[in-house]
Amino acid sequence: MGQSKSQLRAAVRDFYEDYAATLDADRVEAWPAFFTEDALYQVISRESHSQGLTHATIYCNGIRMIRDRGAAIRQTAVFEQRVIRHFISNVQVSEENGEIRGGANFLLIESLYDREPQVLMVGEYIDVLVRDGDGFKLKQRSAVYDNYRVRTTLVLPV
Amino acid sequence: MTLSNSIADERVWPELGACRVPSWVYTDQELFEREMEKFHYGKTWNFVGLECEIPEPNSYRRSFVGPRSVIITRDEQGEVHVVENRCAHRGAPVCWKQSGKGKDLTCPYHEWTYDLSGNLQGVPFLRGAKPHPGMPRDFNKADHGLRKLKTHVHNGTIWASYSEDVQPFEDYVGPEILRFINRVFPGREIRLLGYSRQHIPGNWKLYFENSRDPYHATLLHSFFTTFGLYRADAKFCVTPQPNGHEYIYSHFTSNTREASADMAAEMKNIKSSFTLEDMSVVTPVDEFKDGLISSLQVFPSIFIQQHGNILALRHILPKSAGGTELAWTYFGYADDTEEMKQLRLKQGNLVGPAGYVSLEDSEVLTQVQRTLTSAPDTVQVIEMGGRDNFEPSETAITETLLRSFWKFYRSEMGFDGAAA
Repeated sequence: MGQSKSQLRAAVRDFYEDYAATLDADRVEAWPAFFTEDALYQVISRESHSQGLTHATIYCNGIRMIRDRGAAIRQTAVFEQRVIRHFISNVQVSEENGEIRGGANFLLIESLYDREPQVLMVGEYIDVLVRDGDGFKLKQRSAVYDNYRVRTTLVLPV
Repeated sequence: MTLSNSIADERVWPELGACRVPSWVYTDQELFEREMEKFHYGKTWNFVGLECEIPEPNSYRRSFVGPRSVIITRDEQGEVHVVENRCAHRGAPVCWKQSGKGKDLTCPYHEWTYDLSGNLQGVPFLRGAKPHPGMPRDFNKADHGLRKLKTHVHNGTIWASYSEDVQPFEDYVGPEILRFINRVFPGREIRLLGYSRQHIPGNWKLYFENSRDPYHATLLHSFFTTFGLYRADAKFCVTPQPNGHEYIYSHFTSNTREASADMAAEMKNIKSSFTLEDMSVVTPVDEFKDGLISSLQVFPSIFIQQHGNILALRHILPKSAGGTELAWTYFGYADDTEEMKQLRLKQGNLVGPAGYVSLEDSEVLTQVQRTLTSAPDTVQVIEMGGRDNFEPSETAITETLLRSFWKFYRSEMGFDGAAA
């Protein structure tokens, strides 16, 4: 398509930062739009992932489950108010036969009402992207977290 | 060991006994140490893992009994052992990996080597660096093995005890708990699905109580009630058991979603307009052919849950008076169909650190611990169902399991005035 690897990487980086900004702004209703209809989204521990185990802490197979996750957070979940900030770095891309594989590090800092901010989660995204107009959509996103333990609770998507 | 000195002398349980709980019981670090000695390192059986986590001979995996690191091993003959992960020499952990394979365990510090049953096999420079002397001539390797725990394997589950004179496992859990363990562990081959762990900045007993408190589940977890997964108007069997154990089961039928009007009025959290686009998450297949949702606790270490098609172990690992690791192990059966595998993955969203019906627990317990720490002399009230009611209940709206727990605890720890 005449796009150099650095142009592709810059475009994917933009896409990742828009994804992070959407979640950081607590716009969970807008979050499913980053995925294809048949997308697989999961948040999985490094411990399970490295052993090839399938259970994921959050597992959404298809856009309907992705929308359900957002709706459940809004409508039924009871949790402390919090602000989450995503820090995305080390974006990697490769394209073969029209399939784009992407990845990046993520760091999530959580701030609760009367406590110091803390690292909620650190890990890597392992993605498959498809082109969507000038941008992309996620066909697969595995957020593999390195933490041995989740710090208290994982409420919002990663 | 009885609670003969400091704590029992200084601490007085509030009047009215088991329906009152003093807040210091969750915050006192010295009391925490006593609890570990009495319970986790005492005459109890602690869950440590599943056989399918060490499937082959010459394999091992780390686990915990209380705050102590232990190693579950399967030796060359296939026999399962549980040993402390603490070198008999200088106390270094022998095993630094979560799991591994090999015929022996070598401590990295001075390379003392143990076989998988914990016997000391080799000590470098046993006879010294000649001509200089090594270990004393009477140093006997048989006296310096890893601390061995009594081990019991039951239908794929592995249990350990620090006590040589603990009751046999079947007697310790009792026939009713055994029946419900056997319902999900009937001897069918188990398939490990994965792990989620969370750190809860709260006392381990808060989590123990939370998972034996069906009253809160009908109110706090509105996802549960909205989809009729766990409703106050369902028929329950909430049953205290000896030795601090309990079990709960209820009947799941799709029409429990239609709550009776008066019950619904009490449960403000029911979101009758909320639906899911993918209802398979809340539409279990009745794989045990009895229509039940069931859970049980084997004190002091494990909560075993079958919720729809989720089979999960909540391993409760106390770290300190104010901190607990909750280790979730998810499993299925080796002969699960592809459909069942997918259903277990999907329904896995219900429980765990991000679970639709469990994320509230770690949220609320964190805040409870903070409040209790700031007010250790306050007293909690546990009267739902009756102040002196320790009987099984047919409704979820009961605190009988909490009172039963505190009755047991007070007696074991010498707080009931009976122990001298």
